[in-house]
Amino acid sequence: MKTKLFLTLGLVVIVAVLLTVYLTSGVNVEILNPKGIIAEQQRDLIVLTVFLGLFVVIPVYIMTIFIIFRYHEGNKKAKYSPNFSDSLLAETIWWGIPIIIIVFLSIVTVVSTFKLDPHKPIVGDKDPLQVQVVSLDWKWLFIYPEESVASVNYAVIPEGRPVDFALTSDTVMNSFWVPQLAGQIYNMPGMITHLNISADKGSYNGSSANISGEGFAGMKFVIQATDQNDYKSWIKKAQASDNQLSQSAYDELYKPSKNNSVEQYSNVRDHLFNDVVNKYMMPDMSKNHSSEGDK
Amino acid sequence: MSQVKISTADNRTLLGFWIYLMTDCVLFGSLFATYAVLHQNTFGGPSGQDLFELPYVLVETLLLLTSSFTAGVAILAAKAGRKKQVIGWLVATLLLGLSFLVMEIVEFQEILSSGYSWETSGFLSSFFTLVATHGAHITIGLIWIGVMVWRVWKLGITQGNLRRLMIFSLFWHFLDVVWIFIFTIVYLMGVIGI
Amino acid sequence: MDSIKHFIFGDFNLVDAIPKEMVTLGGAIGITLGLLSILGLVTYFKKWGYLWKNWFTTIDHKKIGVMYIIVAVVMLLRGFADVIMMRLQQATSVGSSQGLFTADTFQQVFSAHGTIMIFFVAMGLMFGLINIVVPLQIGARDVAFPAVNAISFWLFAAGMVLINTSMLLGEFSAAGWLAYPPLSGIEFSPGVGVDYWIWALQVAGIGTTLSGVNFLVTIMKMRAPGMKLMKMPIFTWSVLITMVMVISVFPILTGTLGMLSLDRLMGMHFFTAGGGGNMMMYVNLIWAWGHPEVYILVLPAFGALSDIVATYSRKKLFGYPSMVWALAAIAFFSMIVWLHHFFTMGAGSEVNAFFGITTMIIAIPTGVKIFNWLFTMARGRVRFDSPMVWFIGFVFLFTVGGMTGVMLAVPALDYQVHNSLFLVAHFHNTIIAGVVFGLFAGVTYWFPKVFGFTLHEGLGKAAAWLWFIGFAFAFGPLYVLGLMGATRRLDHYAESTGWQPLFLVAGFGAALIGVGIVCQLLQVVISIKNRKKNLDKTGDPWNGRTLEWAVPSPAPFYNFPAIPNVTSRDAFWQAKQTKTPLWRDSDIVDIHMPKNTSIGVVIAGLAFVVGFAIVWHIVWLAVVGLVAIIVSVIVRATNDDTSYTITREELLAMEKEHKQRYTA
Repeated sequence: MKTKLFLTLGLVVIVAVLLTVYLTSGVNVEILNPKGIIAEQQRDLIVLTVFLGLFVVIPVYIMTIFIIFRYHEGNKKAKYSPNFSDSLLAETIWWGIPIIIIVFLSIVTVVSTFKLDPHKPIVGDKDPLQVQVVSLDWKWLFIYPEESVASVNYAVIPEGRPVDFALTSDTVMNSFWVPQLAGQIYNMPGMITHLNISADKGSYNGSSANISGEGFAGMKFVIQATDQNDYKSWIKKAQASDNQLSQSAYDELYKPSKNNSVEQYSNVRDHLFNDVVNKYMMPDMSKNHSSEGDK
Repeated sequence: MSQVKISTADNRTLLGFWIYLMTDCVLFGSLFATYAVLHQNTFGGPSGQDLFELPYVLVETLLLLTSSFTAGVAILAAKAGRKKQVIGWLVATLLLGLSFLVMEIVEFQEILSSGYSWETSGFLSSFFTLVATHGAHITIGLIWIGVMVWRVWKLGITQGNLRRLMIFSLFWHFLDVVWIFIFTIVYLMGVIGI
Repeated sequence: MDSIKHFIFGDFNLVDAIPKEMVTLGGAIGITLGLLSILGLVTYFKKWGYLWKNWFTTIDHKKIGVMYIIVAVVMLLRGFADVIMMRLQQATSVGSSQGLFTADTFQQVFSAHGTIMIFFVAMGLMFGLINIVVPLQIGARDVAFPAVNAISFWLFAAGMVLINTSMLLGEFSAAGWLAYPPLSGIEFSPGVGVDYWIWALQVAGIGTTLSGVNFLVTIMKMRAPGMKLMKMPIFTWSVLITMVMVISVFPILTGTLGMLSLDRLMGMHFFTAGGGGNMMMYVNLIWAWGHPEVYILVLPAFGALSDIVATYSRKKLFGYPSMVWALAAIAFFSMIVWLHHFFTMGAGSEVNAFFGITTMIIAIPTGVKIFNWLFTMARGRVRFDSPMVWFIGFVFLFTVGGMTGVMLAVPALDYQVHNSLFLVAHFHNTIIAGVVFGLFAGVTYWFPKVFGFTLHEGLGKAAAWLWFIGFAFAFGPLYVLGLMGATRRLDHYAESTGWQPLFLVAGFGAALIGVGIVCQLLQVVISIKNRKKNLDKTGDPWNGRTLEWAVPSPAPFYNFPAIPNVTSRDAFWQAKQTKTPLWRDSDIVDIHMPKNTSIGVVIAGLAFVVGFAIVWHIVWLAVVGLVAIIVSVIVRATNDDTSYTITREELLAMEKEHKQRYTA
C-alpha cells in the first residue's frame, strides 16, 4: 500500500512537472493569459479559489498519508481504540473551518458576480462600442449598427474602448466565448443577452462553446483589437465593400454552411438584428420582413 | 357481512401508494410550472380569456367533486361490509367521472373545431398537456372502478378488495385536488387574465 | 399501397435503418453476432428454462441486484468503447486531418457515452448494490413490493435494450447527453436519434421512480425491531435519503421528456424556438432533475464507503450523527442549486450569486464526511484490501473534484470554464472518483454475500491502482486544455492551438483505465475459476459490523430464518462482542415468501415495444402495447395468490444444511 501510494503520487508529481514544462514552452494558456480587464479579474478569481481550495485539499492529503502510515494493520505500536467515534472538538474544527472558508468565498462570489456581470457596461472615458452578434449555422455574424457594416467570423474592435456585444441566435443555442477577453454567454433565438468587454491590442480566438450541430467545431472566429486608426480604416474598407447585407444576402447567409471564411458586408439592412430576435416572438414576422427588407 | 381488518402488509401498500401519489404530484408540478411560464405565450393565437367558459368548467368541477363524495361513501360502505351499497356508490362514481371526461373531451373538440390546437402556441401546448394528463389519470381511474365493481360483485368485500378500494379512493381524491388546482390556475386565473 | 405500408411500419424501413457508416455498421454487426452467439449457447446448453425460472421471473432482491450489476458491467464496456472512439478522434483530428469519424458520428458517440454511463452504468451499479444490501442490512426478507422491484429492473433493462437498438436500427441522438432544445427539436434533429434517447430514458426513468417508492417503504416499514432510524447502518441511511430524492426529482424528468417528445411528435411548442416555446424552461427542468441526479448517484457511494471504512478499520464509524446530517444537508441543498449549470444563460447577478452560494454550501457537509472517514481510520487497525484502495483513490481524486466544483460555483469564474474541458474534467473527478470508485469498492465488499466466495485480491488492487493512475493521466490534461480554451465536444481543432500533446496524454490515461477494466474482468473470471479456494465459509469474511454478515454466504433466499433483534448501531459487531445471538432457533416460525412472477418481463417487454413504436411512429403498435400494459397491470393487481408459506420445519432443515455445508 505505502510503496504503491508513493509510486503513484511520485508519478503524478512527475506528470505535473512535465506538464509545467510543456505549458511554459510557448503554448497559450488563454484563460491564464488574459488580455482584457474582465478576463484579468476572472483569472484572479481562479487563482484565489485554487489557493482557498488547496487550503483544505492539502491537509486532507497529509492527514490521509499520515493515517495510512500510522494506523495500517501491520503497525501494532499504534493506538487502537475501536470505540473512538466522536470528538466534539474535532467535529467543531471540520464543520467550522469549511464554514469560514465558504462564508469568505460567498462574499467573494457576491462581489465578483455583481462586478463582473456581463450585462453591466464597462465604465470608461469612452462610450462602449455597440456590436451585435448573431450565431448562425455554423458561423458568427457581427453587425456594427452605427457604421452599417457587418462581418462573418471576424471582428475588429478598438483597443481599450469598452465593447458591448448584444448576442442572439438565428438557429439553436450557441455560446459566445473569447477566453482571453471574457467568459462566455449563451446566444439564444428570440432573446438578447449581453457581454461587455474591453481588450488590449492583439488578436484573440473565439468559438462557440455550446454544441449546435454538425458544423459546431468549425464555428470559430477572431476578435482583433487594434488602435483607433486601424479600426477606422477597417470600417471604411467594409463600407466600401460591394458585398451588401440585404435581406436576400442574409437569407443566403442563413443557410447552413461549415468552416466559413471571413467575409465583410456594407449597407446592413436596417433593424436586421432586432428582426432576427422578433422573428421568434410573433408569427409571420419573418414574412413581413423579407418583403420590406429588399429595398 | 363482518368487518374486515387492515394488516401490516396492507399498511405498507397504502404508504407505498401515498408515496407514488407524491411522485405524481411532482409530475403535475412540472406541468403546472411549465404552464405558468408559457401561459402568456399565445403567439398570435387565442388566450385563456378567449377560450374558457367558466360556467361550463364549473359544472365539470361539480361533477368531479360529487364523484369524490360518492367514492368516499363507497369506502364507508365497504368498511361496514355492505356489498350492494358499495357497488351502487361505485357505479355512481363511475358515471359522474365518465360525464366529467365527456365534458372535457367536448371542450377540447370545440377548441379544435374553432381552428386552434396544441400546435397553435406554447400556451395551448401546455394547456392541452396539463388538462389531458389529468384526463388520462381520470380514464385510468374509471377503468379501475370498473374492475373493482366486477371484483366486489364476484368476491364480496374481502381484505384484498378493501385494500384496493382504499387505494383507489386515495387516487380519486388526489385527482380531485389536482383538478381544483387546474380549475384555479388554468381556468379562473385564465378568465381573469392573470 | 404506400399508405398501408406506412400504417403498418410507420417511418420504419429496414434498408434505411441499417447504419451506413463503417464504425456504426461494425458495431451493429458485432452486437448482432454477440447476441446470436449468446442465444445460441443458451439454447445449446438448454438453459432457457433455468434462466426463466431462476432469473427472469425472480423476485429475490439479491438476484435482481446481480442482474442490475451484470447489465451495468456490459454497459460499462459499451460506454468505454465510446471513450476509445472519442479519445482516438480527438487525438487525431487536428489541422488538415479530419480524424476517424464524421462530426455526426462523433456527436452520437459522446451523447451515447454520457447517457449510458449515467443511466445504465452508474444507476445500474447503484441499484444493484441497493437491491443486494438494503433488505439484508435492515433485517428484512425482501423489499416491500417484490414484484414492483422486478418491474423496475426489467424497465431498466428495456431502456438499455432500446438505447442499444439505436445502434442497430437508425441512429442515436447527436444533441449531447441532456439534449437541449432547440437542437433536440424536430426542426434541427429530424431523425429518430433523439426519440431513442427520450424513450430509453423514459422507460428506465419510470423504473427508477418505482424503485424509489419501493425502497422508501422498505426502509420506513420493514426494519428489524429495535432498529430505530439513528441505529440504521449508514449505507441504509444514504439509500433512504437518496430514495427521497429519487421520488422528488425523477417525475420531473418524466414530465420534461414527455413535453420534449410532444414537441417532436405532435408539433407542440413547449421548448421550440418560436411558436411561443421557451427553451430556457427545458434547461431549468432538466437540471432540476439533473443536478439532484448526480447526488442520487454519489450518496449511496458515500454510504457504501462509510460501511467499508469502518469495517476495514475495525472501528466504529466516526461521527455517525454528523454523517447522517451531512447526507441530509447534501440532499437538501442539491435540490436548490440547479441553476449553476447555466449561469451563462444571462440571469441576473442576484440569482446567479444565490445559486453560486447554495452550491458552495454543499462543500461543507461533503468535506465533513471526508474528515469523518479519515478519523474513522485513525486509531484503528486498517487493512488495505482492494475496497480500501478504491477508497484511498477516492479521497485523493474526489477532493480535487470538490475543489474544482467550488471554483465552478463562482459565477464570474464559471463564465470562463463553463462548457470547456475543465468542466468535463471536474465532473469526471466527482463521478468516476466519487460514484464509480465507491460503487466498485461496494461491489468487491459485498460480492461474497451473494456468491459465497471472495474476489481475487491481487487483480482487484491492480485494477484500483490502474484506475487511479489512469484517471490522473486522462483528466489532468483536460483541466489544462479547458484553461487553454478548449471547449467540450469538439470533433476537430486547429494545429496552432497546441492541444494535441495533451489529448494524446489523455488518451494514454484512458488506455490505462482500459487495462484496469480488463483486470476487473479477469478478476471475475479467475475468482469464479478458483472459487473453491476463496470460499466464504463463515458468512463474515471481513469481520463485518452490520446484519448482512450475520447470515451465511451466499445468503439464503429467505435471508433470515427469524427476524433479528437489534439493540445497537453495529448490531452484528455488538452480537459478536457480547456473544449473544441475534436470533434463536426458538424464534423461527412459519414465513410467507412472494412467488416468482413474469410480470416484470412482460411489462418491460411491452414498454420496449411501445418505445420502439413511438420512435418509428408506428401508431397502432404503440396503442396495442399501451393497452396490453394496462391489461397486464390489471391481471397482476387482481391476483391475490402471490405468496407461499415456508414452514418452521423446512426453515430449520435449511438452516441446518447451511451450517453443515463447510463443517462436514
